[in-house]
Amino acid sequence: MSNQRPDGITPSQTVGPYFKYGLTPNGEYEWNDAFSNNLLTPDTSGERIRVEGKVHDGDGAVIPDCMLEIWQADAQGRFSDPQDQRALPNSSFKGFGRCGTDKSGGYAFDTIKPGVVPDADGKPQAPHILLAVFARGMLLHLYTRIYFDDEAGNAADSTLALVPADRRATLIAKRNAGNVYTFDVHLQGDNETVFFDV
Amino acid sequence: MTLIYPVASNGVHPARLSPAYRSAIKRAPQKPLIPMRHTLSELTGPVYGHETVRANDNDLTIQAKGEPLGERIIVHGHVLDEDGRGVPNTLVELWQANACGRYIHVVDQHPAPLDPNFTGAGRTQSDASGYYKFVTIKPGAYPWGNHHNAWRPAHIHFSVFGHSFVSRLVTQMYFPGDPLFPFDPIFNSVTDAKARARMISSFDLDNTQPEWALCYRFDIVLRGRNATPMETK
Repeated sequence: MSNQRPDGITPSQTVGPYFKYGLTPNGEYEWNDAFSNNLLTPDTSGERIRVEGKVHDGDGAVIPDCMLEIWQADAQGRFSDPQDQRALPNSSFKGFGRCGTDKSGGYAFDTIKPGVVPDADGKPQAPHILLAVFARGMLLHLYTRIYFDDEAGNAADSTLALVPADRRATLIAKRNAGNVYTFDVHLQGDNETVFFDV
Repeated sequence: MTLIYPVASNGVHPARLSPAYRSAIKRAPQKPLIPMRHTLSELTGPVYGHETVRANDNDLTIQAKGEPLGERIIVHGHVLDEDGRGVPNTLVELWQANACGRYIHVVDQHPAPLDPNFTGAGRTQSDASGYYKFVTIKPGAYPWGNHHNAWRPAHIHFSVFGHSFVSRLVTQMYFPGDPLFPFDPIFNSVTDAKARARMISSFDLDNTQPEWALCYRFDIVLRGRNATPMETK
């Protein structure tokens, strides 16, 4: 093992068109899935929700070979990671999910509405889910955030405040009947989703 | 130890719009990405149980009834952070074409044979020192439709997590001396030659197994460095 400081990080390369059998086989290939798009466990507390939508390219066409990953806190605002050292009780909620898009560019995650997590200054952030987008044609994945249109905290959220007002709507999932939210992703074009340089 | 993730480290990555890679043209954002300060959401990341990786998931040559065709190889190395420390217990996933350059994916219709004894998917978890190891078959080069007579250099796809959601990396490992390097727009989307070299494995004679398998070393360096380094000026 090298004890020297590396010259830099390993560069990203595209996930390509053929990742499905390795990363999101979902019963279509022999390999098993390491992760699911259902984050719920029997003892998960909090409001159960579904977040669903479609991923589009710059022509508005749906992207059927996209992989989405989410990372979020549990309902009390705790991350399932020992690096979250706040004194909050553990839960079995893992907070990570993965979903490949289907032929119509669609995806869905079954999860819970995350709780409030502090921002870099310790102020409360509005409930949000981190979303990473991977696809053929993307040499480096993109990060965005999913907020919720029924959360009053959006108005004071320090990250949303960085986003020009006329683009904020691209980050806000819309609540439909039941506990289903719609969040579409546009990689390019008039409705281009806001992505963050993190 | 608290890790930080300077955005400047991302400078080695390809430009999202690298026009020589045609698929990027309609899939790269045209508006600038918005800089933001990392919060606990960015600074944490998933942890996996041992149930995520099964015994032998890191040996792609024993997943079927028979042995796959092709050149058996060992691929091993360390997952490291930017300070050169091993990243322990992190998930490493890989997928690849078979020895003929054919993926089992239904969309891959390259007229090369599938191998009934080779799926081409594997995963493992790094150990306490960040070390990982796979046994597999050397993948073949294959043609693709990007431009006339376009061929991808032989490569293995890697997916790695690291200490946080922003250390996430998907990359491709290449083999030393591949004659296709100068012609591949994906490899060359990384414009810095030293950074490109970090995607190329090195032949490892010391760990080559006599009478059995050649060995290649591939260290993977993820974002993340100590927030309070011990520096001597």
